[in-house]
Amino acid sequence: MDISTEELLDIYHTMQKIRLFESKVRDLAMAGEIPGFVHVSIGEEASAAGVCAALRTTDRITSTHRGHGHLIAKGGRLDKMMAEIFGKRTGYCKGKGGSMHIVDYSLGILGANGIVGGGLPIATGSGLAAVIAGKDDVTASFFGDGASNEGTFHESLNLAAVWKLPVIFVCENNGFGEFTPMETVTSVKDIAVRAQAYGIPGHIVDGNDVLEVLRYTSEAVARARAGEGPTLLECKTYRWEGHVVGEQAFLGEGAYRAKSEIEAWKLKCPLIRFEKWCAENGKISSAELKKIVADTEKELADAIEFARASELPDAAEVTDDVYA
Amino acid sequence: MAQINFIQAINEALAEEMERDPLTFLMGEDVVLSAFGATKGLIDKFGAKRVRNTPISEAGFVGAAVGAAMAGTRPICEVEFASFFYCAFDQVCNQAAKLRYMSGGQATMPITFRAVFGAMGGAAAQHSETVYAQFLSVPGLKLVVPSGPSDMKGLLKSAIRDNNPVIVFEHGALGRLKEEVAGGDHLVPLGKAAVKREGKNVTLVAIGAMVPKAMKVADKLEKENISVEVIDPRTLIPLDENAILASVEKTNRIVIADEGHLRGGAAADIAAIVADKGFDFLDAPVRRVTSLDVPIPFSPPLEKAAIADEARIEAAIRDVVGR
Repeated sequence: MDISTEELLDIYHTMQKIRLFESKVRDLAMAGEIPGFVHVSIGEEASAAGVCAALRTTDRITSTHRGHGHLIAKGGRLDKMMAEIFGKRTGYCKGKGGSMHIVDYSLGILGANGIVGGGLPIATGSGLAAVIAGKDDVTASFFGDGASNEGTFHESLNLAAVWKLPVIFVCENNGFGEFTPMETVTSVKDIAVRAQAYGIPGHIVDGNDVLEVLRYTSEAVARARAGEGPTLLECKTYRWEGHVVGEQAFLGEGAYRAKSEIEAWKLKCPLIRFEKWCAENGKISSAELKKIVADTEKELADAIEFARASELPDAAEVTDDVYA
Repeated sequence: MAQINFIQAINEALAEEMERDPLTFLMGEDVVLSAFGATKGLIDKFGAKRVRNTPISEAGFVGAAVGAAMAGTRPICEVEFASFFYCAFDQVCNQAAKLRYMSGGQATMPITFRAVFGAMGGAAAQHSETVYAQFLSVPGLKLVVPSGPSDMKGLLKSAIRDNNPVIVFEHGALGRLKEEVAGGDHLVPLGKAAVKREGKNVTLVAIGAMVPKAMKVADKLEKENISVEVIDPRTLIPLDENAILASVEKTNRIVIADEGHLRGGAAADIAAIVADKGFDFLDAPVRRVTSLDVPIPFSPPLEKAAIADEARIEAAIRDVVGR
């Protein structure tokens, strides 16, 4: 695949932003500085970064309860994201949404969603809107292996296939639906095979290889823009952290997966893998990669400072924005 | 002015609004052929891109309407029977209703849902329910219940132009009801009740198909010098509280007639508002006339027994006026 140095730098920057942002959010949540439920995507950076690298600004995405990575990859601002997670009025949703519900319409981010499988019909409709409006924008819908057992997965794939809508369904299969191992509740080993039931292409993708994700997504995007319909991609990956930050407090350690399993997946770290690939292929120097890390750390520190310094919403704002 | 029926009123409203805005489109179950006739012929005027038969897949296509609205178009989404909304409750209540608020006002959600509801003769409980009460406590939705062709047309056109998710409930027994409908761009605003008949002795709030029944009862009681003021709220969210309270201030008595159930229904909601804000006007207890708290049964005598009717409305009025 032909890919420029600039694109490679962007991809690495995206993955670093996700890794550092999520790590910080986890720490802040554990420290009690963030209210509510927080789900982080450490270990899953490549699927977010690889998919969004194949999209343009006018393309749209839908995301999940574990959505910070997708939003960052689509261009979401760290300061407004962090402020939202803090519940501040300067956040993306003025403090009305929180971690699970960040939205930026100007970037085509139709939103994270607290309902498993909630984004798939919305993405399908977003694809339909492009057709109605005569535009060639595509929509990528991120969801997990758990959502592939929801009716909305099946209904959306059918509808998008029947109407040949420009949608890329991206299953991030991290092996667990909350705390339940996927194989104990799912009729197939690979979610990708479910595409056959709807007569659309389905591909198993190494979800920790950002360049493979980019390659498959680019093909799916080209197909979608050409009016040939949707594609299902299954990115096999793993979340290093729990389903929800702080779950050890009520589950204990090692309640549903072995430490050795987590350690084995850490060896497949998408960032280290990309760094190695760059070194082996003489693409980007380690000095350049280090500079990206330093820049990202600075950007993140500024975002946290912005969030901390921002005001909480005024109680009078509670009735704003129910209706247009 | 032309005489048209309820179904023709829907058809005219859809055609006019689709003509007006090329980003308006129609999707739903059998909208191409049109089982009840409301969308008949629209495929010939607007083509297959804008008139789309969906699979019988309510969660999928109602959710797709949400996404299409968020992405800049103006879907009109037909759910054939309102009871089918249960299959798409997440998409209506968690997504369409909430995403504007949850996104801090970023989302606009210009969706019009249309659905047939109510007892229409032997359709049994899963096709006959009055389901708007289930949406009354979901902030973010607007609920419209037209009682005749003129309001149907004017309210539906306003609903399509509204930038919020609006559910227009079309009573299945009103299809052949004919009346004069104004020509031109006939719009009826959401949130404004209609005084269908002025009266002095008792306020009768009637919703949807209860309105023609209420008018008959009012005609009958007029002959006994019981003067009934019939108010049709037309929209349950927003609700024209002022019109109801102003009428109660004048008549000092109120009966609320609704085809929904007694517990947690639209009539209960209006009764509570009157108790909260109009208690000092009242000379008699607030009375509700609703369907029984049973699933709507199939067999004709059972269906008739379940549904609020003219005799029960009349009895309630006689009770509050003491005659």
